[in-house]
Amino acid sequence: MAKHKTPLLDQLESGPWPSFVSDMKQEAEARVKNVKGLDYQTPVEVVDDLLGLLELSFVDGTTHWKHGGIVGVFGYGGGVIGRYCDQPEKFPGVAHFHTMRVNQPGGKFYTTAYLKEICDLWDLRGSGLTNMHGSTGDIVLLGTTTPQLEEIFFELTHKMNQDLGGSGSNLRTPSDCVGSARCEYACYDTQALCYALTMEYQDELHRPAFPYKFKFKFDGCPNCCVASIARSDMSFIGTWKDDIRIDQQAVAAYIGGELKPNAGAHSGRDWGKFDIQKEVIGRCPTECMWMDGKTLKIDNRECTRCMHCINVMPRALRIGNDRGLSILVGAKAPILDGAQMGSLLVPFISVEDPYDEIKEVIEGIWDWWMEEGKNRERLGELIKRQGFQKMLEAVNIKPMAQHVKEPRSNPYIFWKEEEVEGGWTRDVKEYRKHHLR
Amino acid sequence: MAFISTGYQPDKPMENRITDIGPKHFDDFYPPVIKANKGKWLYHEILEPGVLVHVSETGDEVYTVRAGGARLMSVTHIREICEIADKHCGGYLRFTTRNNIEFMVDSKDKVKALKADLESRKFPGGSFKFPVGGTGAGITNIVHTQGWIHCHTPATDASGTVKATMDAVFNDFKTMRLPAHLRISMACCLNMCGAVHCSDIAILGYHRKPPMLDHEYLDKMCEIPLAIAACPTAAIKPSKIEMEDGTKVNSVAVNNDRCMFCGNCYTMCPAMPLSDKEGDGIVLMAGGKVSNRLSAPKFSKVVVAFLPNETPRWPKMTKVITQMIEAYAKDARKYERLGEWAERIGWERFFDKCEIEFTHHLIDDFRDPAYYTWRQTTQFKF
Repeated sequence: MAKHKTPLLDQLESGPWPSFVSDMKQEAEARVKNVKGLDYQTPVEVVDDLLGLLELSFVDGTTHWKHGGIVGVFGYGGGVIGRYCDQPEKFPGVAHFHTMRVNQPGGKFYTTAYLKEICDLWDLRGSGLTNMHGSTGDIVLLGTTTPQLEEIFFELTHKMNQDLGGSGSNLRTPSDCVGSARCEYACYDTQALCYALTMEYQDELHRPAFPYKFKFKFDGCPNCCVASIARSDMSFIGTWKDDIRIDQQAVAAYIGGELKPNAGAHSGRDWGKFDIQKEVIGRCPTECMWMDGKTLKIDNRECTRCMHCINVMPRALRIGNDRGLSILVGAKAPILDGAQMGSLLVPFISVEDPYDEIKEVIEGIWDWWMEEGKNRERLGELIKRQGFQKMLEAVNIKPMAQHVKEPRSNPYIFWKEEEVEGGWTRDVKEYRKHHLR
Repeated sequence: MAFISTGYQPDKPMENRITDIGPKHFDDFYPPVIKANKGKWLYHEILEPGVLVHVSETGDEVYTVRAGGARLMSVTHIREICEIADKHCGGYLRFTTRNNIEFMVDSKDKVKALKADLESRKFPGGSFKFPVGGTGAGITNIVHTQGWIHCHTPATDASGTVKATMDAVFNDFKTMRLPAHLRISMACCLNMCGAVHCSDIAILGYHRKPPMLDHEYLDKMCEIPLAIAACPTAAIKPSKIEMEDGTKVNSVAVNNDRCMFCGNCYTMCPAMPLSDKEGDGIVLMAGGKVSNRLSAPKFSKVVVAFLPNETPRWPKMTKVITQMIEAYAKDARKYERLGEWAERIGWERFFDKCEIEFTHHLIDDFRDPAYYTWRQTTQFKF
């Protein structure tokens, strides 16, 4: 029997999409039944009370979570989000309802053995509710009490060889796409780089020393499945420098209709016979493709690697062999000064363990941002405030035409004194000898 | 409840402490077929909605069955996922960036039973536990934030709006009839824990009333200079307030006309709450994308300035979302993302075709970038 009546939430149990309400109810029931006979370390009614509290929000249209609360584990400044309910008497089970962020594995691959360990831990010491996963990528363990935090951390580190993720003004938990583990488009091993940098920067991840949050995301190709270009201060996107590999027989098979275009992605509608001219060559944004008789030609030097032709004909066209990644910087959501997309900083960098060249760029950016950034100023906002050139100087990267979509349309150049012959110190008396007042 | 100690000693926190060990190594979690073929994949194909095959140069194949799910997930539900993965997939699975669960098998003959098993499982209320789909030119799962379930700044709920929307667009999760893939994202306040600002359709929670001022506690709970500095429009200034009992307290004053309701002050100062039943609701944005395919990544644009929080199913919101999807499905060319379609036909035509009213709220007036969104040409459509 449910502890609270939830007539509004109950209406979210119908419909085909998986109902989080039904799932919460099954967890609430499981805790009451307690078939394993656990000595729950958080209140048995935690999920029941969360349902009741959420129903209240559905009635009064406002949240019932208090602002923040500083809790954590010893020596770390992140990974735990303190949360207290503002109606603790009505809903004692969620009076304290802290979240722990657990650093997810690369590509979000799991063994069931590991997930079951997480479940057992969270059954006993938490609410039994999680997010798989949070927006940044962590396994989010929702809802526990302060005395449990160290116990959970001890269990994670000692028994599961598993650390917490980031929160606050630090390096947030880096995340990656499926990459070369299961994708033919991956231009580098996103999981290897993500793991290596996560390990290299454990201190930055756990102990907030930055002006604000800082996000790394790793996309294996310009399709950007983890949206790094839109939401990471530093976005690592796979690319290549040489020629797209062409299998002319497969091109002919696409033209002939033997191979399904778009890897079958458009098969839910009859779009007519595949037309390579209209769908691929005519859509190429740089117009660098053409048919020479039955042979597909690409002027690779003019290609900007948008992925369209490869996405349409994955069995005929493949990414090049001279692979690396581009680094873009400064992406963020609108708060505060408006949204920013990542801006290209390094067009091409090779990806080779131990990734020293990449680390050099990262650390150069951090040094500049930690020196110049204001409290709660994201990297993108600092770049806007001080200018792109300042960043290039700080990280010692040579300006190039690839850095801009177009050159400036105003001549208000901040010339430096050393750039101007003779400098700026002049003798006005000498000047007046030739120019009367 | 008897406290169960793990061995941690609160008086000696550093004893046997293990820190900075990072995540588990991905190698420990790869299914054998992935481990053997990493970096060797030749091509992939979507065999039917929700079912993919990847073929390796070694000749190996991996079949993936993708199932949707709520990202708010109980351990009971995760154990059920594990049971399925143990039964069909040798104890391995993965999650996608967009909260889908992927079950992988190494031969085609294992797909049918896996898919049938997934689709047979339902919650008592009737919803699918593991609907198969979310691939190709359709709509996949919605990335979203916490909402009323666990956050202190939301202007709407996340799980509820997502459930209502996915129910409304479920057919497009199960099919691939659209001109291109369509990504819906949800963020319950302007902080946008997810990347909703670059989505084909974005659902955003927004406040519309300036902060209330809890003068009695403001100076005790907040660093007043930080609250003032937090305001992007300089609408907050220090003030002295005389309380009813005659005591004077340091507090702040807000110039309400300058407030754009971002809530950044509340982030810095808990004594300045914004949330309000009538004030809070939904902004709908459209036309963004993150992929570099064909055109550059784009921001989503505000197309509906406000819709009320109609719990539990937000019918006005889902109605506008389906109007946009249907207009796009009918009118866009193959491969055109929603934003590319809107740009080709012109945004004035977008509002016609989607039957959305254009209001003054949709004209940008926030700082310099606003100018670049006004029309500086005589080319427009009647």
